Amino acid sequence: MTTTDIPAPTARPPRTATLPKRRPKREREGAAWVFLSPWVLGAIVLTLLPMAVSLYLSFTDYDLFNAPHWVGLRNYTQMFTEDPRYWRSVTTTLTYVVIAVPLQLALALGVALALKNMRRGKGFYRSAFYAPSLLGASMSIALVWRAIFNDGGTVDNLLGTGGWINKPGWSLLAVALLTVWQFGAPMVIFLAGLQQIPAELYEAAAVDGAGKWRQFVSVTVPMLSPVLFFNLVLQTIQAFQVFTPAFAVSGGKGGPADSTLVYTLYLYDRGFVASHMGYASAMAWVLLIVIGVVTAVLFRTSRAWVFYASEGER
Amino acid sequence: MTATATASTAVPRKPVRRGRLAVHLGCLVALLVMLYPLAWLLATSLKPADEVIASLDLLPGHLEWSNYKTALDGVNDVSIWRLLGNSLLIAGGAVVGNVISCSLAAYAFARLRFRLRGPLFAFMIATIMLPHHAVLIPQYIIFNKLGLVNTYWPLILPKFLATEAFFVFLIVQFMRGLPRELEEAARIDGCGPFRSFFQVILPLTRPALITTAIFTFIWTWNDFFTQLIYLFDPDKFTLTLALRSFVDASSQSAFGPMFAMSVIALLPIVLFFLAFQRFLVEGMASSGLKG
Repeated sequence: MTTTDIPAPTARPPRTATLPKRRPKREREGAAWVFLSPWVLGAIVLTLLPMAVSLYLSFTDYDLFNAPHWVGLRNYTQMFTEDPRYWRSVTTTLTYVVIAVPLQLALALGVALALKNMRRGKGFYRSAFYAPSLLGASMSIALVWRAIFNDGGTVDNLLGTGGWINKPGWSLLAVALLTVWQFGAPMVIFLAGLQQIPAELYEAAAVDGAGKWRQFVSVTVPMLSPVLFFNLVLQTIQAFQVFTPAFAVSGGKGGPADSTLVYTLYLYDRGFVASHMGYASAMAWVLLIVIGVVTAVLFRTSRAWVFYASEGER
Repeated sequence: MTATATASTAVPRKPVRRGRLAVHLGCLVALLVMLYPLAWLLATSLKPADEVIASLDLLPGHLEWSNYKTALDGVNDVSIWRLLGNSLLIAGGAVVGNVISCSLAAYAFARLRFRLRGPLFAFMIATIMLPHHAVLIPQYIIFNKLGLVNTYWPLILPKFLATEAFFVFLIVQFMRGLPRELEEAARIDGCGPFRSFFQVILPLTRPALITTAIFTFIWTWNDFFTQLIYLFDPDKFTLTLALRSFVDASSQSAFGPMFAMSVIALLPIVLFFLAFQRFLVEGMASSGLKG
């Protein structure tokens, strides 16, 4: 970074006669705004303005056809005190996040560690394990999941538990397993992180008599902690917004007995099926705030366990 | 270096090899479990109707190619070519939009100086974390007011305004790695920021642009939520939406054709994956590291 800041022209013979004048500052600043203009327009019209509008709508009754009708905090009080389905969607989503994210990351880390020192076949396994991450978000795979976990499906035949899809206690686990199945993306990131750990650290640890486990705890974990943190934040945020598999597995209803009624599915149901756009906006803002708080908490706790080599000991 | 050399010669060789074999074996077993749903999909798409429910075998007793023939007829009297074309149009539009708008914004953030650059960059990063649903309803209302619901505009237009900040960030990271001397030299030769961008920086950014294009294509192709709320007419449906209405319309006996259509819907992604797996895996790996 610092080397690139050295002004190259000074090292050259003076060519001031032919060198065009540095463009005036204002003109260069203008060029920057030209490059930025699509992004600025999008940020204002498709992000900031909608956020403000949905904040306003969250205090109204609005069905898309009649003008919004101000109701104050009623959407929020109704949500928190009078709507058991709302709380059902909250607990369902939290359960899903707590099951899916740790399982997925543990599997990703485990496979990355197994592949790290592999001499042959590493590239093959890496690609093969990664493939489900690309396919898993599709409707096709969600339908496969529904069939495999249904009565008479593979899981039923194998375990004799009956189909999971129709059992309120089990259906969410089937959805979570679809997320776990897509562990390839964090695995690839873990693997790249593992390969950046300098070999000298392991050599030094081995010289000091550290065994494999000790090396893992004292070298791998601290050196990998920034990557672990990145994966944790990203997967948690994504998990809070799960939609397609819950929709497909339950035919869009969130059943059986609301057991797969994740937050976004209920938001869709309130806003786009029942046309309570004000209520759905309030739900969207609560989601936004919760995700913001969770991210902030993760960042706060990260100071205690994430180790950034470039900053030295913290 | 010498330390490992002596250490590895000191360890007897056989256990190491056995350990390696165990790792390979473990990986192979894991791979079989992972690939089972895909094998199941392919097998079921070729099973006759009576076998789907009655038979527990993975492999079909005989290959029922007519499932694919039924699937090609499409859903709701809309042929599959139409659905495929709709999906391609949306994904293609999204790719073009993202590549153009994200690379323009990325160049400004990576290389140009302007007031508010710091705060705007922080804002851009924050929008990566922003849940889509917080803006979805008012976006819907805006497009509704403009009379654009049930058209492809709400699905394509936002991509031309660099709303997918993840890709802006990806390209910024890549551009920061290019030597600054290139533009210094270009400036001495009289290039303004526009010519430096188009003639110097953009060609060198190709790997990041390809990664952006592939991920945009696959994510748009798989997208369900946005298409679900914006598209109503069966002849405007994408493959994803058609698959969903296939489920609603048909009983278990139509399993074969439904999964034949699922295979067709996955085919472009599989082809993209096989063709570009290096870009995809590397792109995913670098997104987590430089951040």
